[in-house]
Amino acid sequence: MVGRSLREIIWARLRRDRVAMICLVILVVYYLIGILGPVVAGILNDSPYTLHPDLISEMGGKPIAAYGGISAAHPLGVEWGTGRDILAQLLFGLRISLVISTVATLMTVVLGVVIGIVAGYSRGVTDNFLGRLMDLILAFPFLLIVMSLSGVLTQRLTQLGVPEGNASRILYLILVMSFFGWPYLARIVRGQVLSLREREFVEASVAMGAGRRRILFSEILPNLWAPILVYATLTLPNYIGLEAALSFLGVGVLPPDVTFGSMLANSVTYVNVVPTYLFIPGTALVILVVSFNLLGDSLRDALDPKGVH
Amino acid sequence: MVAYTIRRLLLMVALLFALTAAVFFLFNMLPGDPARLTCGKACSPSVIEANRHRLGYDQPILTQYGQFLGGIFFGRTFSSDSPQPIVCNAPCLGYSYSRHQQVLTMILNAAPVTFWLAVGAFVVWISISILLGIFAALNHGRWPDRLVMGISLVGYSLPSFFIGLLLIFFVILKFNWLPFPAYVSPFVNPVGFLKTMILPWIVLAFLNTAFYMRLTRNQVLETFHEDYVRTARAKGLPERTIVVKHALRAGLTPLVTAAGMDLAALLGGAVITESIFSLPGLGSLAVNSVLQSDLPLITGITLFSSTLIIFANLVVDLLYAFLDPRVTIA
Repeated sequence: MVGRSLREIIWARLRRDRVAMICLVILVVYYLIGILGPVVAGILNDSPYTLHPDLISEMGGKPIAAYGGISAAHPLGVEWGTGRDILAQLLFGLRISLVISTVATLMTVVLGVVIGIVAGYSRGVTDNFLGRLMDLILAFPFLLIVMSLSGVLTQRLTQLGVPEGNASRILYLILVMSFFGWPYLARIVRGQVLSLREREFVEASVAMGAGRRRILFSEILPNLWAPILVYATLTLPNYIGLEAALSFLGVGVLPPDVTFGSMLANSVTYVNVVPTYLFIPGTALVILVVSFNLLGDSLRDALDPKGVH
Repeated sequence: MVAYTIRRLLLMVALLFALTAAVFFLFNMLPGDPARLTCGKACSPSVIEANRHRLGYDQPILTQYGQFLGGIFFGRTFSSDSPQPIVCNAPCLGYSYSRHQQVLTMILNAAPVTFWLAVGAFVVWISISILLGIFAALNHGRWPDRLVMGISLVGYSLPSFFIGLLLIFFVILKFNWLPFPAYVSPFVNPVGFLKTMILPWIVLAFLNTAFYMRLTRNQVLETFHEDYVRTARAKGLPERTIVVKHALRAGLTPLVTAAGMDLAALLGGAVITESIFSLPGLGSLAVNSVLQSDLPLITGITLFSSTLIIFANLVVDLLYAFLDPRVTIA
């Protein structure tokens, strides 16, 4: 048998997993739409900011066509009261959701890995301090804090030079998600490092006189990528849901921009008359999150040497 | 065990102090004038100044923190130099000027709603997930297992507010199976209470069931590979005894940790579920306090919820040490 690297083995396992491959394709499509959304909307000659007063009734603003104003030009209907195109809203909303969740995941991973490695390797006082810091951060009721700090901290970001409005709000969401998210990963990483640091290759490296930074990031870190990758794949959909929930509660992105969460929040008022408002963004959101979770699950199976779960 | 308990207790006290400081400074050192927020739009500068003085916002921040801590232990009096002082007995979490009520009173009024919500959901999700988790583990690799795991994954992926909205749409609006939720105490109107709570329970349980089902299944599967289970099999014990007495007992200890923490987090307020179903619990109170920028109330609720979490952390750790004596040595 030809020797294969771990990466090749895992990729081969994943490729045999039909569910994982389907999810991967769906996710690639989602990201492509996220990146190309404005282009697509441009081709459709519409944007989520274009009002179509001709498509809604003058009294009350109800979409004139059936099922929330579905027509050839607006295949998913138009918004109540403004006549904005739902498809264009979805295309742009996806972009915001993906930017927030992806960047927040990256920051969470960087923070969690660095702090987790340092805590696990140094042990003693540093480890103790970092451990208690994690306890403290994890003790905060996350949603409450995010909501209550959103007003003032967004303002503060604006003062620091971030453009006012949704740019500040998006940055705020990314910052709080990563700030309150890293301890979970840091704990996992710390646990792994505790056992890795006792292994011979670390000892050998120490004996050869390698510096601490080299040991931490060139010797230990490469052994951690499996749990980190799985954690990241499972955190991202969490953050997508979280962003949606926060926008739903009114502390996320504000109009005229939309995200899945704010579309769902708006749908509540009209759901009895126009159920599509609830089902269209809801379905888009669920497909995205399910794909991520399924992929993360398959990845965990592929990375699990025992293959029990 | 005793030394371990003492160590954990001391740690909890330290953590609680750090927490009060963190929460207090986080909320009170932020830009913006807290006194301005104590009264509505028709607010004259003199009223703002009076409120600033009465609430102690004119004092240095450290003095304010001292007063806040003092209030928790010994109680305090607001506007003591005015004709109508407001006495706030220990443990005093503050006084909300925008609502003219003590923070603790408001929290205690909202707490029962959240309590029933959390406990009901807890019972539902723990019983369902343990049953289904064991069922899946016993059928490991066959279709019942795959079905249960598939459902669990989808359930895990559905955002709770989306489930809530779907349930409201179908059960309440479309088919009129249940009336619109309006909270009543279970002691006043048990039927109305159940009718209101059943959907919120389902929403909260849904998300957690997915997670706990997988946890149960994986734990039970893992213990099936342990030597003592093989020994039990070799001894010829009936399968039922093996599953219940050997595999489950050892396998479900991690469940205790997770369940304790999740229950505590819920008791601190289920923000999304409560606001979807308009339940007047801690979560709704928190949302309203944020929307009204009611600083004392935000501080109070945050502190209350995080204390619950820290306390649960302690209980869970002790319980775990009790179930698995190896922990205390570490």
